[in-house]
Amino acid sequence: MRLSAICALFCLLGSQQLVAAEPKPQRDAFFGEALFYAQQQEFFEAISRLDTELKLHRGVDERELDKLHYHVNDAEFSVGDFELSYRMHRKAGRAIQAVIEGNVAPEVRNEAIYRLARLYFQKEQNLNAFHAIERIEGPLPKGLATDITYLKGQIYMVNGRFEEAEKIFQSLTGADEHEGYALYNLGLSQLAQDETTQAVTTLESLGRARSSDRAVLAIRDKANLLLGSRLMDTGDFQGAVPFLERVRLDGLYSNKALSGLGWANATAENYEQALVPWTILSKRHVTDPAVQEALLGVPYAYGKLGLYGKAALGYGHALQLMNQELDRLDQSVKSIQDGKFLEALVREEIRQVPDWVVRLRELPETPETFYLMELMASHDFQSSLQNYFDLEQLRKKLEEWDRYYSAYEEVIALRRGYYEPLLPAIDEKFRQLDSLINLRLEQRDRIHARLQSMLVSPRPDFLATASERLGMNAVTKFERSPANNNEATQKRVDRLKGHLNWIWITEYDQRLTDTFEHLAALDQDIERLNAIYQQFVRSRQAATQSYEGYDKTIAQLRHKTEKSMKTVETLMLRQGRMIEKMAISELLQRSQQLEVAQVKARFALAESYDRATMGSPDKAPAEASQSAAPETKAEDRGVL
Amino acid sequence: MYLQVRRLSIFRKVIAFGGSFHSMKIAVKWSLLVLTCLLQLPVAAQEISKEQIKGLDEQVQDIKADVLAISTELKLLEEKLLYPSNTQVSLFVALEGADSLRVDAVEVAVDGNPVAHHIYSFKELEALQKGGLQRIYTGNLRTGEHSIKVGFKGLTGLGNEFTEVASYTFSKGVGPGIVEIRLLGSALGSNSIQFSDQ
Repeated sequence: MRLSAICALFCLLGSQQLVAAEPKPQRDAFFGEALFYAQQQEFFEAISRLDTELKLHRGVDERELDKLHYHVNDAEFSVGDFELSYRMHRKAGRAIQAVIEGNVAPEVRNEAIYRLARLYFQKEQNLNAFHAIERIEGPLPKGLATDITYLKGQIYMVNGRFEEAEKIFQSLTGADEHEGYALYNLGLSQLAQDETTQAVTTLESLGRARSSDRAVLAIRDKANLLLGSRLMDTGDFQGAVPFLERVRLDGLYSNKALSGLGWANATAENYEQALVPWTILSKRHVTDPAVQEALLGVPYAYGKLGLYGKAALGYGHALQLMNQELDRLDQSVKSIQDGKFLEALVREEIRQVPDWVVRLRELPETPETFYLMELMASHDFQSSLQNYFDLEQLRKKLEEWDRYYSAYEEVIALRRGYYEPLLPAIDEKFRQLDSLINLRLEQRDRIHARLQSMLVSPRPDFLATASERLGMNAVTKFERSPANNNEATQKRVDRLKGHLNWIWITEYDQRLTDTFEHLAALDQDIERLNAIYQQFVRSRQAATQSYEGYDKTIAQLRHKTEKSMKTVETLMLRQGRMIEKMAISELLQRSQQLEVAQVKARFALAESYDRATMGSPDKAPAEASQSAAPETKAEDRGVL
Repeated sequence: MYLQVRRLSIFRKVIAFGGSFHSMKIAVKWSLLVLTCLLQLPVAAQEISKEQIKGLDEQVQDIKADVLAISTELKLLEEKLLYPSNTQVSLFVALEGADSLRVDAVEVAVDGNPVAHHIYSFKELEALQKGGLQRIYTGNLRTGEHSIKVGFKGLTGLGNEFTEVASYTFSKGVGPGIVEIRLLGSALGSNSIQFSDQ
């Protein structure tokens, strides 16, 4: 939910960038990348990328210039959110707690409390969940109001506060988001308070609900099945029939409803009518306990109708199927014990389909997983299985990273081999150029200082050209020489000197302007020189940094990877054994039930044969038959 | 917890009915079966204690945190070693208003050299449509001007094929270069690919 909200915000920020010239705040691309992975349920990648981005952000000197600065709270919260989705409840719980205690907006705080309460609820820490949800006050986060209310109702229920829960679910009955579920929970709350009439009304209205949503249809079936079972519980077998009939034939609860319908009719001694649901059910997959029950129910009904031959055939058929199933169960247990189940679990291709657990059975030498469907529904087994998948993912990653380190070391060695022979000569040349650059820069500074002083006290001679300077020197030299021995010569010398001075004075302003322009041009060159200089310094640093300072980091990472790999392997072994133990236990239980049913079916079969061959049933065997089949099955059902 | 409470109350009622008459017993047992199934009690899981499951789960959480820390360190190392900030360039792909589009593939060339191409899975496309950004390329480029050419292929909401191509020139400065490439679903056929560099 929150993930969607953040993604929506990201979309919005993206569009703002197109419309506005200088949009603020901009979205951080790396945060967007984490969301890209989170949306695909790849939470390891999402956490890892966002963690890296946050770490980089914390290391930046001017954080407000970093784009993540605008989303840093969201990013911190998202890490917690992703951790929760990645089943890291402990770490996520601490992160969320930190948000609650931090200086955040009431909406953010309430959302964090909601997450924490949900976390406790999922972990069956009901009292903690209750205390947490009670802390929500003030404005609720957008789009989460209904979810919060629904969770509150659930938490009240698990804490035995049915009256308050009833009020909450009553308020949610019109909400589209929890359509069906709220009504079902409302019915349960009313039942728990012995408000049977209201509960029946509630569940009946849910049982008649029209919807195309598969989830709503499933909860509708569940409500009808619950009502049917409640009525049978009170002895109203015929009253239960309409509810059981409302359960869809292709739904999740269809088998149980058909079985119930059969028993409702059988109890009313309508054996012909009981045969209809049981016959449908007996043709379904034999791994379902309801189907196994129907396999015995059909011949039982035939026996009751006096068709002992058909009954005997039916028991025979049931025995045959049960034998097959028992063999399959034995093979399945052996397959699990041989480690085939865990091997199949980690195969990538099998998990590409939603019903992968069922599809597992199609692989060679894998156990019969249909029996594990109910086990799969248990939180403990599911979390164990998910942990096993996560550990396998970690194992693959660690294995991959371990190969990376050698590659990185090779890259570093190659760079070192390339740069180290080159760098001393480059550094020497650079030192020479550096001193020359410094000299030129000093010269430039002197010129600049001189020009500045000439603005205050003009010195035209300073701006003489080289030829003028040489000419002046030649004239001065001649003036001092013995050749300058008469007035006429001196006059010519003065004229020449005067001419040069005339040029210097008259052209002084222009020359000063030109000199300043030349200095400005020089400054541009110096700027370019500085850029090249900086670029060289960076490249030089990058050259060294490309192979120096990694050894320790890589060694540490390698050590951590190896250590983690050992832990992962140990945990995988333990988790795997736990899963195998759970699965074997489930299969053995099924096996025992089948064996019991098989024994009873054998007796019933023998009895049916006797009756069929005797031709006319007498009272005593009839009673025996009655006690053999249905009661047996009833006992079995009790165990099942 | 609630479900267990419910189960107990039903159980009490079953006890109360017990032995009253045969048909009632059958029905009660059936309803007990149904309710037990509805309540989805993990029968087999009971053999392994909750503490064992919880203890192992916590250890798995710890190792996840450790491996994530390694992953973060490794990413930082890779960034420094393989893509130093002065030469680093990352190209990101985003979709906007493209909910009805079925984008099949994208191709990217930098300075005339093909650097990335990607065929989208349904999950990836959905993640992009929900606002995620895909890093399609990370590489090293000199400072200065560089050209990017991007091509998207796919189907419109009406099932017509489309191919959108656009070019862009960006200036790589001293710091890391980031270019976002956005395909605008609403502008197919005219300027539908927008670029922004950061």
